[in-house]
Formats: sequence, structure tokens, C-alpha cells
Amino acid sequence: MTKEYKTIVDIAGPLIFLEKTEPVGYGELVQINLPDGTTKRGQVLDTSADVVVVQVFEGTQGLNDESGVVFSGDTIKLPVAKDLLGRILSGSGEPLDGGPRIIPEKRVDVNGASMNPFSRRPPDEFIQTGISTIDGTNTLVRGQKLPIFSGSGLPHNEIALQIARQAKVPGSEEDFAVVFAAMGITNEEAQSFMEDFEKTGALERATVFLNLADDPAVERIITPRMALTAAEYLAYEHDMHVLVIMTDITNYCEALRQMGAAREEVPGRRGYPGYMYTDLASLYERAGVIKGNKGSVTQFSILTMPGDDITHPIPDLSGYITEGQIVVSRDLHRKGIYPPIDVLPSLSRLMNSGIGEGKTRDDHKAVSDQLYAGYAEGRDLRGLVAIVGKESLSERDQRILEFADLFEDRFVRQAKDEDRNIEDTLSIAWEILSELPEAQLTRIDNKYIDKYHPAHQNAE
Amino acid sequence: MNGEIYRVAGPVVTVTGIKPKMYDVVKVGHEGLMGEVIRIEGEKATVQVYEDTSGIKPGEPVANTGMPLSVELGPGLLESIYDGIQRPLEVLQQKMGDFIERGVTANGLTREKKWEFTPTVSKGDSVKGGDIIGVVQETPNLEHKIMVPPRKSGTVEDIKSGKFVVDETVCVLSDGSELSLMQKWPVRDPRPVDKKLSPTKPLVTGQRILDGMFPVAKGGTAAIPGPFGSGKTVTQQQLAKWSDTDIVVYIGCGERGNEMADVLNEFPELEDPKTGRPLMERTVLIANTSNMPVAAREASVYTGITIAEYYRDMGYDVSLMADSTSRWAEAMREISSRLEEMPGEEGYPAYLSARLSEFYERAGAVHSLAGLDGSITVIGAVSPPGGDFSEPVTQNTLRIVKVFWALDAKLSQKRHFPAIDWLTSYSLYNDRLAGWFTENVGSDWNELRDNAMDILQEEAELQEIVQLVGSDALPEDQQLTLEIARMLREYFLQQNAFHPVDTFCPFDRQYKLLKSVSQFGEKATDKMENGVPINKIMEMESKDELAKVKYEEDFDAALETIMAKMDEEFTQLGGN
Ligand SMILES: Nc1ncnc2c1ncn2[C@@H]1O[C@H](COP(=O)(O)OP(=O)(O)O)[C@@H](O)[C@H]1O
Ligand SMILES: [Mg+2]
Repeated sequence: MTKEYKTIVDIAGPLIFLEKTEPVGYGELVQINLPDGTTKRGQVLDTSADVVVVQVFEGTQGLNDESGVVFSGDTIKLPVAKDLLGRILSGSGEPLDGGPRIIPEKRVDVNGASMNPFSRRPPDEFIQTGISTIDGTNTLVRGQKLPIFSGSGLPHNEIALQIARQAKVPGSEEDFAVVFAAMGITNEEAQSFMEDFEKTGALERATVFLNLADDPAVERIITPRMALTAAEYLAYEHDMHVLVIMTDITNYCEALRQMGAAREEVPGRRGYPGYMYTDLASLYERAGVIKGNKGSVTQFSILTMPGDDITHPIPDLSGYITEGQIVVSRDLHRKGIYPPIDVLPSLSRLMNSGIGEGKTRDDHKAVSDQLYAGYAEGRDLRGLVAIVGKESLSERDQRILEFADLFEDRFVRQAKDEDRNIEDTLSIAWEILSELPEAQLTRIDNKYIDKYHPAHQNAE
Repeated sequence: MNGEIYRVAGPVVTVTGIKPKMYDVVKVGHEGLMGEVIRIEGEKATVQVYEDTSGIKPGEPVANTGMPLSVELGPGLLESIYDGIQRPLEVLQQKMGDFIERGVTANGLTREKKWEFTPTVSKGDSVKGGDIIGVVQETPNLEHKIMVPPRKSGTVEDIKSGKFVVDETVCVLSDGSELSLMQKWPVRDPRPVDKKLSPTKPLVTGQRILDGMFPVAKGGTAAIPGPFGSGKTVTQQQLAKWSDTDIVVYIGCGERGNEMADVLNEFPELEDPKTGRPLMERTVLIANTSNMPVAAREASVYTGITIAEYYRDMGYDVSLMADSTSRWAEAMREISSRLEEMPGEEGYPAYLSARLSEFYERAGAVHSLAGLDGSITVIGAVSPPGGDFSEPVTQNTLRIVKVFWALDAKLSQKRHFPAIDWLTSYSLYNDRLAGWFTENVGSDWNELRDNAMDILQEEAELQEIVQLVGSDALPEDQQLTLEIARMLREYFLQQNAFHPVDTFCPFDRQYKLLKSVSQFGEKATDKMENGVPINKIMEMESKDELAKVKYEEDFDAALETIMAKMDEEFTQLGGN
């Protein structure tokens, strides 16, 4: 019989302090029985012979020193089974869809152990998303963690959904399983995700964890860990390719900051905890591929940058951990371009291993570099034109300026249901590059110019 | 001495009853998790634990080993990949699978392999700390010298020869001490040397902007600060791949698991440009990635530099890359804040700057106890929050290191790689290495480089005017300067790490490339002064062709063709 303690001496924010307990384990799951008969859950943050500190997931509302506390003797675990697919669960793993409880095959610690770097296989399988600015210039590969850095009011959800619908590995029949973790998003946003999943039949191959804006912030700390635990289980024990979409990382970090403040910790930059890098890493690093294992966990999360500021600690620390970022731009959005992805600050660090001969095409890397060089220069020139006027540009510069416009119009812009294959993406790239003088294509080896440049094609 | 746990709060555990010394290694809880004493207050000692502490309870037992955190040094270090406390990751995988569970110990050096030991001393010889008693061929190219541990000395009573595992006795000294192929050394103590020397040779890296503009000396220190995605890791990996060094110690400190997997995957396949052997044979990897325990991350840089010192003591040139020192500093901060120490700037402990300088101080060119010249070059990546170099880790590092490779997000966004800002970066070794360059690269090398830097400086000033009036409004000679600067940036400074040829550029090619751009500049200036209009010069085909010569396998032949064409084109331009 587990013992119930009624020895709460202090309640502060989401934390309760207890005395006179038997030895309690660090990180143990805790149940709190309120006087009104309801229960809440929490986790041990600090434990000593004198005092035990518990963080309460559902918030401490309604708690008082009459409340009873039961220690489970165990850390937080998620019951896992293949039946997780097709289910909608709360942010702490309780069924929300009226379906039966998951009959667990086993129960897994949600914190997950760290993957041994020696066991990792470097991800290198090209995922075609059908979006040129990703496939062509910021290629995603299986097992990568590549978030969308966006801003409030921008169409990041549409982009994420388009990717979830279109993502495939050319030559492989298998669909991705989706694990979706909502963290503090509105009910309306969550609904639009669910409807899209339902419409496309993705829900059957999805597990959804919902922590919505009006759910307790503390629960948000657990939600992504539940989701990633489910993802790892499906990937590494059932050989599935899992796409994890976590949204919104910013809400998660706010919850983390709130917890830190409640514990009266010394805050780090802009009030966020000093350990936020490590904490975020414990989520992001749970993407990957294991040697000798068929499954994979790919993360494509959404993060809204407060004030569109990429140097804000949330995008900044994320960018230091993730394998690149897809940056959504307010300027392009205002210009009416969808998807408004700004390739310049965007990056896929694993692109080089996922592209090239036998994967996409031999000229892919060079073409991408050339697009970047041209577009970056064109963007710089736009600033100049605003001051000195187009006339005072040299002819070379004028053509580069035009190239930048073409790039946005032809390469970046596409329809919400336009699923371009990689050949299409590269052809569009060559078409617009051929508007530049050939001598200026300095990033492309001559052999690729001979092979793919439209002018050379016609000559043959 | 056995005690018990009083309190657990994340990686910091308070224990009672063990009467430890500072930095003693203790085994915490029923599972014997490894930790290190970092504070003693009366009866209580605070321990930073190198493994996850979930489920650990007050009252569980604690045992003190009485020993400081040490690494095993001996044959078998090369080609290994370790975590921050020298547990071989391969062994951990065999013992517990693909995810790292806790409570598993593993020797740093394997006890399974026998090494052929050839003694170089005889009975009756007197030896002191650091002296070499014999050798083991660790890899086809590396002779591992077995040394007397630094603080021992005596007369050789017995010396063996033959095949041994690392902990078998191969030598007995008069004071009864038994020496094996392996020694242990506490990681936080620098290994002693006879004397420090001042560095005189560059670390040749095959990276044009590094060798050509901002060289680091063998035994020197360099920092690469930059925001995320600007090229810290790629630069570190390029250095690990192509530097002319005997040994590479690569520390992945709080960074990505996939980057380490990448190195592990790639290095056995790549050739050491110096020996033609697989790169992995000269490499030791320390991987304590961002999701691995934070206390072991703090230890990882010490583990790495101690291994580097050990090979230096044998008279080898060692390069150590630490990616990223900021994660190490953050680990210090995290532990310090759990100890509720008084925070200094931005929450970092007040001793941040002392720890950084102690670490970089372990670099250097030395005369070792064995009487051999060796060196450790330390190159640390720095990850400033928001890319702002005014933050404490960058600033404290810059006060110590002699070379500053400043990465710039504006350049990396344009895919100008390496995104090293040529205007703000510097090397304080240029003067000291000038003689070496004159002798080994070209008598006019220093001059070529200085001229190139002047042109790039001038470009920056001219750009400010261009921003106001447009480039067409500039006088012709200044337009030409802009063009030469562009050539320097695109042809010389830019270097693609992922291009099979361009990834490594030997010094003679660097010289020829820079010389060619310079020759173009001279001739073009000459023509212009003789009345040839600038647009004629701008249209020269050979000038554009020079852009791609760096991608050519047969560089010399390609360059010759282009330069011949350039001469011809210049002649046709007339003037003169
Ligand atoms: N020398 C280089 N050549 C080509 N690409 C580079 C080079 N340096 C960096 N890059 C590109 O920049 C990306 C980010 O570089 P990385 O070293 O991982 O940045 P950081 O460690 O500073 O976050 C790489 O994935 C690669 O695409
Ligand atoms: Mg990096």
C-alpha cells in the first residue's frame, strides 16, 4: 500500500514543498489527492531527507495543505503499443478520443535515454517535400531535425501540413507515420490540423498529443517527451519512419521559463533558464537513425520567433541544436508569395549528405550554391537601388536584380497543393539561372553547365 | 569511506559521511553512478554526477574512491571514441545497446589486445619521469612511446620485451614501482614539461583563408566564434581532416550526435594527406553530445586535453578541436547555479575566465621531459548567444587566444564559405611565421598576402561610397580595385569544403592562385594607365575562367592554360 502524505508546508506557483517523507526518488511521478476528490499529477524536482519539492502538472489551483500526496516510486512513463496509431491523447497521455485505454506492450520512461553517438547512422535519405525552397536549396533527410522558424500570423501551419501530406522518399512506397504534439496552441489551430489529417487519411497513421492553450502550462513540459517516446517506440521497435511535428516550441519554452521563475532560479538570458539549451537538446536530439535499424525519427517542428527576432533565445538556442532551420519571412508573405520561405537565413545542415548523384542529381549542390549566390547579391542590390536608382547600376548588376525577382516568382512561389518533384525543382532552377550571363555561374563546374544549361541543351 | 545521499537535485547530489578531498571521484547510489566532489561544507559534500539521477533517493549509499578523475593513457587511444569521462562508446553500445543507460563502467583502454613492446632501456639504466622506456607500434604510422609517469624515477631493475596487455608490468624500478604500457593521469592537472618553446611553424591546414591570411602556429591557440550555421563545425572538421599534424583530438562538447556520427563515418574512409593512411588512425574522438549528462560535458575538455598532452610528451604535434567551448562554459554555469554560487556576468561563475585561460594554457610548443619537441594547437569554437561577440565566453576567450577567426552570418547566408570575416579576423602569428613562409612558400608570399589584405580593406571603404552613388560613378581605377577584390574573395577566399578537389588546397596552389590574381591586377592597372578602358578589361574571358581553376584536379595545367590566355588577351587589348 503506498502511503499518502499530508505534510505540505508550502505552495508556490506550480510547486509544492513537503516535509517528513520517507526517502523519495528524484524525478518520481507523484499523485496529489485534492480535498474535493479530484487528483493532479506532478514530478519530484528536488529531494532530501528534510524537504521534497514537487512540480504539479495541472497547476496548483485548488490545492491546500489538506491535500494528500502519493509518491509512485517510479519516474513518468508512457504506456506504448502499436495501437497508439490513430489515437488522440492529452498532453500527458490520457485518451481524449473516447477510445479505450492503451493496452500497454510496455511502459517507457518519457525522458528517454540518450542515443549513443556510436550507434547513430548519419542520415542521408532524401525526403521529397514537393516544395522547391526545401528540396532544392534546404533539403530534408530522414532522421533530421529541421524546424520552421516563423512569426505569428504567418502560414507556418499550412507549410507544415503541406509537408506532412507530400513528404515521401522517392522510390519507397512507405508513408510516414505522424506523431503530432500540440503545445499551447489554440483549439482552433489544433482543429485545423486534425481536419487536415482526417481529410487525407493521415490520422490512421498518426498519434496526436494535445496540450492546448487553456491546458496547464506545466503539462507542456511533458507533452513533447510523451510524443517523442511514442515516436521512438514506433520507429525503433516497429521499423516505421516517423515524422514528429511539435508546435509550438515557443510555448514550450515559455512554460519552461515559468517553471524556472516559480523555483526562483537565477534566470539566464531574457529570463529563460540557463539550462534551456540542454533542455531543448533533450528534445531535439531525439531525432535520428540507428545503425542496423530500419526506422527513423524525423522532426519538423514549428517555432514562432517572438518579434520575428531570430536572435531571441528560443530560436537562437534551437538553431544551435537543430540541423538547420526553414525561415518563414513576413516580407515575402506581404508580397503575396506562398510559401514565404526566405532561403537566405534558412539552412539544412544535412543537405550535403542527402543530395547528389544517385540521391537527387549530380548538379544539385552546385545549382543550389549558385541560386544562393545570385539571390543574395540581388537582395543586396535591392537595397542599393532604393538609394541610387536602377539606372546607376551596371548591366551585370541589373541582370542580377532581375534574377532575384525571378527567383521569388518562379522558384519560391508555388501553390498550396503543388507537389514538385526534384527534377521539376532543378529544371526551374536552371531556367532562371540561364537568365544570368554564363560567365557569372562561377559556382557551377563546367561539366554541369555542359550537361544541364538550357542553352547547351538547345545546341545539341 | 562510505556515506549516504542527503539530497538529489538534478545532476547535483549532496552526500554525507565520506570525508572526501576536493575532486575525489565517488560512486553514488545503489547503481554506483560516477560523480566528482565539487564542494565541501562541514559534514556535507556536493557531488556533480556524470549520469542521469532520476529515481535516486536520499539515504542511498555513497562510496569514495579517494582518487581524482583520471584517464587511462597508453596504446589504444587512437581510433577510439569516448564519452566525456573516457568510457569507450563502442563498449557502452556492446554492454547496453543503442541508448546509454546509466551505471555502466568501462575501461578507457581495452584489456583484450596485446601490444608488441620493444624496450629502449636496459637493466641498470637510470630513468626519470617522462623518459622513454620502450615503444609500441600503435598504428602503422604511429610509434607510441612508453614513458615513465612524470613523478616517478629510479634505476631499471627489470625490463621485458614481447606482447603485453596495457596493464601488465613491463618494467620494474629500484623503488619497487611497476610500470606497464599504461599510466593514469588526473585530467584537471596539466602534465609537466621541461620547458615551453615559442612556436615557429604554422599549422598547415589546406584552407586558404586560414593558411594564407590568418595562420595559426603549431602550439598556438585559435578561437572560432560565430552564430549558429556560420561554419564553426565545418571549419573544425576541415582542420581535423587536413591539418599537417600527427594526432588529432576532436572534442564534441555539448553538440550534435549526428556530427560525431559523421566524423566516425567519414574519417576511416579519408586519407591523411601526410601519410596516406586512414585519417581515423591519427584521431581520438570525445563525444559528449548535448543530450548527454551535463557534468560529463564539463569534464570532456579536460579528458581531451590530457590525452593531447600525453602524445605531445612523446614529441608529436597534436591538434585539439573543441566544439564548442561555450557548451563547456554553460555546463560550468549550470553546475554553479545548482550550487547557488554567486553568479558573475550573465550568470557564468566568476571563475569562468580563470578556467578558460587554464585550459588554453595547456596548449603550446614544448620541450618534453623526454627531451623531445612536441606541440598542442588548441582551436576552440565559441557559440555566442544571438551571434553577439560581446558576451562573456567570447570576450574572455579573445583575451587569451592569439588567432581570431570571426564567422559572420551575413557571409554564410550568402553562402560565402568559409564565412570568416577577413576584416575583423586576425592572427598574431603572422610576423613570427614570416620567415617560414618566405622559405617554404615563396619569397614574395608575405608581400602578396599583405597586398591582398590592403585591397580587401580598400574595397570595404569603397563599398561605403558605392552604397551612396552606385559603382558606375566611381573612377576607373577604383572600379578595377573592386574587381580585383571580388576576385580575391571569390577565387581565393571562398573554398567549398564539400567539393572533392577544393576541400584541400596545398600551399603551392594557394601561392599560385594568389599570385595569378595579383598578376592580373598588375597588368590590368598597367593597361588602364595606358588608356585601355575598364570595360574591355572586365570582359576578359581568362579573368572569369580563373574563377574555376581551384576545382581542377589538374590544377597546374589548367592554370597555365588560363594564364597563357590572359597574356594573349592583355596583348590584344593594346594600349602601351
Ligand atoms: N567551408 C565550407 N564550405 C561549404 N559549406 C560550408 C562551409 N562551412 C560551412 N558550410 C555550410 O554551412 C553549414 C553550417 O555550418 P556548421 O559548421 O555546421 O555551422 P555551425 O557549427 O557554426 O553552426 C554547413 O552545413 C554547410 O552547409
Ligand atoms: Mg556547430
